[in-house]
Amino acid sequence: MNGNDGILLDVRGLRASIEGKEILKGIDLQVRPGEVHAIMGPNGSGKSTLSEVLAGDPAFTVTAGQVSFHGIDLLALSPEDRSHEGLFLSFQYPVEIPGVSMVNFMRAAINAKRKYFGEPALSAADFLKLMRRKREVVELDNKLASRSVNEGFSGGEKKRNEIFQMAVLEPRLSILDETDSGLDIDALRVVAGGVNKLKTESNATIVITHYQRLLDYIKPDFVHVLYKGRIVRTGGPELALELEERGYDWIKNEIDGKEGQQQ
Amino acid sequence: MGCSAKQYTDIYDANQALLSGDRSAARQALASAELDDAFAADYGLNLNRVALPVNVADSFRCGVPTVSTAMALVVNDTFAPTARLDERLPQGVRFMSLGDAMRECPQLVTPHLHVADGDPLTQLNDLLVQDGVFIYIPRGVRLQRPLQLVNIFSAPIDLMAVRRVVIVVEEGAEGKLLVCDHTQDRSRRYLGLQLVQISLADGAAFQLHDIEESSPLTTRRYSLRCRLAAHSSLRLSVSTLSGGDTANDIRIDLDGDGAEAVVNGMAITDGTQRASNATTVCHHGEHTHSDQLFKYVADGESHGEFRGSIVVDESARFTEAYQTNRNILASDTARMHTEPTLEIYCDEVKCSHGAATGQLDPQALFYMRTRGIPEDTARHMLMEAFMADVIDSIGIEGLRERMRMLVERRFSGIADARCADCGASTTTCVSSTLDKNYD
Repeated sequence: MNGNDGILLDVRGLRASIEGKEILKGIDLQVRPGEVHAIMGPNGSGKSTLSEVLAGDPAFTVTAGQVSFHGIDLLALSPEDRSHEGLFLSFQYPVEIPGVSMVNFMRAAINAKRKYFGEPALSAADFLKLMRRKREVVELDNKLASRSVNEGFSGGEKKRNEIFQMAVLEPRLSILDETDSGLDIDALRVVAGGVNKLKTESNATIVITHYQRLLDYIKPDFVHVLYKGRIVRTGGPELALELEERGYDWIKNEIDGKEGQQQ
Repeated sequence: MGCSAKQYTDIYDANQALLSGDRSAARQALASAELDDAFAADYGLNLNRVALPVNVADSFRCGVPTVSTAMALVVNDTFAPTARLDERLPQGVRFMSLGDAMRECPQLVTPHLHVADGDPLTQLNDLLVQDGVFIYIPRGVRLQRPLQLVNIFSAPIDLMAVRRVVIVVEEGAEGKLLVCDHTQDRSRRYLGLQLVQISLADGAAFQLHDIEESSPLTTRRYSLRCRLAAHSSLRLSVSTLSGGDTANDIRIDLDGDGAEAVVNGMAITDGTQRASNATTVCHHGEHTHSDQLFKYVADGESHGEFRGSIVVDESARFTEAYQTNRNILASDTARMHTEPTLEIYCDEVKCSHGAATGQLDPQALFYMRTRGIPEDTARHMLMEAFMADVIDSIGIEGLRERMRMLVERRFSGIADARCADCGASTTTCVSSTLDKNYD
């Protein structure tokens, strides 16, 4: 299955733009099963764009590069097929969808995946059982399940709902976009607790965050710094601590300085 | 554009013996009137009441024996009660042929019959109508069971049907009516000229939910007129689920103090379908309240139109009147025309109106797709969700669920297949769903 040395996600030279403006300017990133990667960086460096491009947001145009996901050409797939193949994006701002109930939403999602793999739709009873079991994982309030998707949910409830969906879909790779989302301490625990509970040796997580705080709860194996659409530095957990202490300016200066010399 | 009413006045002149009563006012008014192009085509009119070979039972295989709505049919333009209809109605309540009512109880019908609003379509109805439906709910009677009326077009020839429904709800009485428009033989062209007149006395409450599920070859010209006395209330919804060329013209007069009306509608159009709703809500009494919500989803090369107006008289102090029109264009070639107007002749009022036409929320669409929901399914789910508040306004338990399903099926593009599982029309399924809730 994993044709390329057990690499789950292999991003090479990825460039992407929106409305003619290039945001990602050549991303290289390798993620193996069982790993947790943190992507950090100053505002506007392209962190959320990276997650959206990987998930297949049609608003962006990929202009160069390849992405291999357990050996499959990820960029050739529709967002829904990327999901079926095991990619999950936890949104920074989960979208409210008035009029679409959580139940219908999840049923459509699960049955689409089953259909993709040639399995019959889940019976009503089995579906409800599955929902109950997964709700317990993230301690999602039962009454949220009967409401419209994210409508009127608090910030913490929205995050809990994202992790609930992740628990249901059992992705191989989860990308958690927590950039600047100002998670309060409870929401932080929910996200972190869910991720840690769902972690196995065969799946992997990319956490996108601006602050080190979240990484107190989710221990990364690798920390990458994204700046101006490129990964400019990669290190271990200690890099996050250094950023927490020193901010991003020193990295910016280093990179901008190099660019200046080149010009 | 338009065509002269002459071919219809000629028909009247040649068949006066078949058309009872004094119709001279309509005849005179139509002498110089223009009708829209839909009336230029040549349809048969069954003035001689020839029994057309119609197999109504065919389309009602699964519903009728156990329905718990009190149901009647209008086949083309002729009233047809279901078995034991009268037994299902409380004492004094009438749900009967309009023609029969004119003969048997003219004193109940005649005071509510005259429209005189200068509209050629109501005049044409006046000129040619022969039958239809009369509903009467006496003072203080609260109907528990909803009434259901199924209009069916079924004829071996292209046919025009002139239908009229007269509804009288007396003081403090209450009732609910579900109406479905339906086409049986879908290979023929039909033109339905319908006029619904509602009179609500003091403190009366009435709900009317009209659902059109016609064939693409059907033209519908529908006029609804409702007068509301003091503290009476009307809840109306008009839903175009399928059809060819639909124009609904709704006029509500809030005559009495404290009267209130909710007037909602939806249209789901595709192909070359046309759906138009025109509303005029007139506030005459004090402390009157009206609320309008119309939503359209237009796909293909279809054309939607909403012309909504609120008129507040000088006398109508403390009026509250609201109107909202929201539309989604699901294709590049669909068109929507919207024209909201307010005419306010009184200072002490609260009024608002708003109209917006757009596309499905791309963020919601992307969010759903990242969860594995295919784009098509996601689009349908969002369109259904868009209609949710119109459906939720339906005050007949069971019908709301049924409408959700009909709308879902419509968006999935299988409505045309009509209940492939049981071979019955979707209309009957409405009644069988209602069963569960009322038996």
